[in-house]
Amino acid sequence: MAEMTLEQLTGLLRECAGEEEGVDLDGDVLDRSFTNLGYDSLAMLQVIGRIEQDYGLTLPDEVVAEATTPRQFLARMNDGLSEVARPA
Amino acid sequence: MSSTASPLFTGIGVTAPNGLGTEAWWRATLAGEHGIRPVSRFDATGYPATLAGEVPDYEPERHIPSRLLPQTDHMTRLALTAAEEALSDANVDPDGLPEYAAGVVTAASAGGFEFGQRELQALWSKGGQFVSAYQSFAWFYAVNAGQISIRHGLRGPSGVLVTEQAGGLDVVAQARRQLRKGSALMVTGGVDGSLCPWGWTGHLAGGRMSTVAEPERAYLPFAGDARGHVAGEGGAILILEDAAAARARGARTYGALAGYAATFDPAPGTDAEPGLRRAVELALDDAGLAAGDIDVVFADGAGIRDLDRQEADALARVFGPRGVPVTVPKTMTGRLLAGGAALDLAAALLSVHEGLIPPTVHVTSPADDCPVDLVTAVRRGPVRHALVLARGHGGFNAAAVVTAVPDS
Repeated sequence: MAEMTLEQLTGLLRECAGEEEGVDLDGDVLDRSFTNLGYDSLAMLQVIGRIEQDYGLTLPDEVVAEATTPRQFLARMNDGLSEVARPA
Repeated sequence: MSSTASPLFTGIGVTAPNGLGTEAWWRATLAGEHGIRPVSRFDATGYPATLAGEVPDYEPERHIPSRLLPQTDHMTRLALTAAEEALSDANVDPDGLPEYAAGVVTAASAGGFEFGQRELQALWSKGGQFVSAYQSFAWFYAVNAGQISIRHGLRGPSGVLVTEQAGGLDVVAQARRQLRKGSALMVTGGVDGSLCPWGWTGHLAGGRMSTVAEPERAYLPFAGDARGHVAGEGGAILILEDAAAARARGARTYGALAGYAATFDPAPGTDAEPGLRRAVELALDDAGLAAGDIDVVFADGAGIRDLDRQEADALARVFGPRGVPVTVPKTMTGRLLAGGAALDLAAALLSVHEGLIPPTVHVTSPADDCPVDLVTAVRRGPVRHALVLARGHGGFNAAAVVTAVPDS
């Protein structure tokens, strides 16, 4: 499966949980924390639920807990995707 | 330290079926313009009741921050809109108050049913992983108080009261209690609504909805041909402040909360008198007023013959037959559940503030067995004290007295 891009992630954040006033998700957000971008744990839960539906996978809890920035999230997410794609 | 004087109402925010925003609503109300129309929020054509009072021209994106849109039911958005207007109207910046000095107490009935219905449908048709994480609170009774508190940083004593229509008055009494305990400012009132198939089914099961399809004939409190009520959405959020605190910051005031009381009806099947008269008398006592001091009553106006007779009888016992002007502006909006009495309080405050009594529409004359002096066209003249009544399904009665306050 194709890797998830930053644009896809910010698109889902915007769609599932909105965009905090004063935050520009199209700006340089790769290394800002989700908290700093205005997303609490419930917002992340909402986004992750949506990603699991769209990509047909289950993200382990630690991925979510440990990935505090979009860069970290995408790295773990795309690792997971390549594992899913690898033949058994 | 809180003052012993009656607390003051210093801000009003309104979302009503006949006007979005206090100014639009009050202008429509004085003009007798109603907002009862065929339901548009869902297809109600297959249901026995097909009319509702819906807030017009409401575009959520214009009123609600993007972050809050995915997590709020329609009625919570209306509540947030009214709360923002009320705080702005009061010209108060909650950030300038001590951290726990301001709280929120709102009235609710069903919570966010439209949101909840959508998520329950996702659950049974697609599965649990398709249910919004925000369902955890978006459906909840206390959600409006919580969202208002978070958005405006109001961290003082907060809560929710669920007493159906009576809730709109019961909350201001709870707010008064918190002010007496030391809070400086309370955001209170109620905005409610559940205009979706799930909510509608609940309203119909209550057995009090009018099935008349003409907006001008569907909801006729105190009339001989009363056939039930029309349900609506909306309500009012009010700012209630400790009198000394309000005066100290030079706040403009609409009026004072002079008195309040609540009673409960006797058990069904007993012949004892309903609790409404007692609520009126206790509220007058609490205000230190006599019946003759009241210049207008904003009636509950159930639109059910038995209940209308009970209310007319209670008023006749306290004020004498046709002894006080009575009005039911909710004939223009329908009954707004927990928001209805809060909107009546807003009308009562503007009534004492401006010396105008808004009309009851669609009822030309009350039935012979309802001896009330029904106001069917705007009346002008000093309104010193207004009494607001509300009765909630299940036996709740509440009465509140608001009093004109001279501009200081």
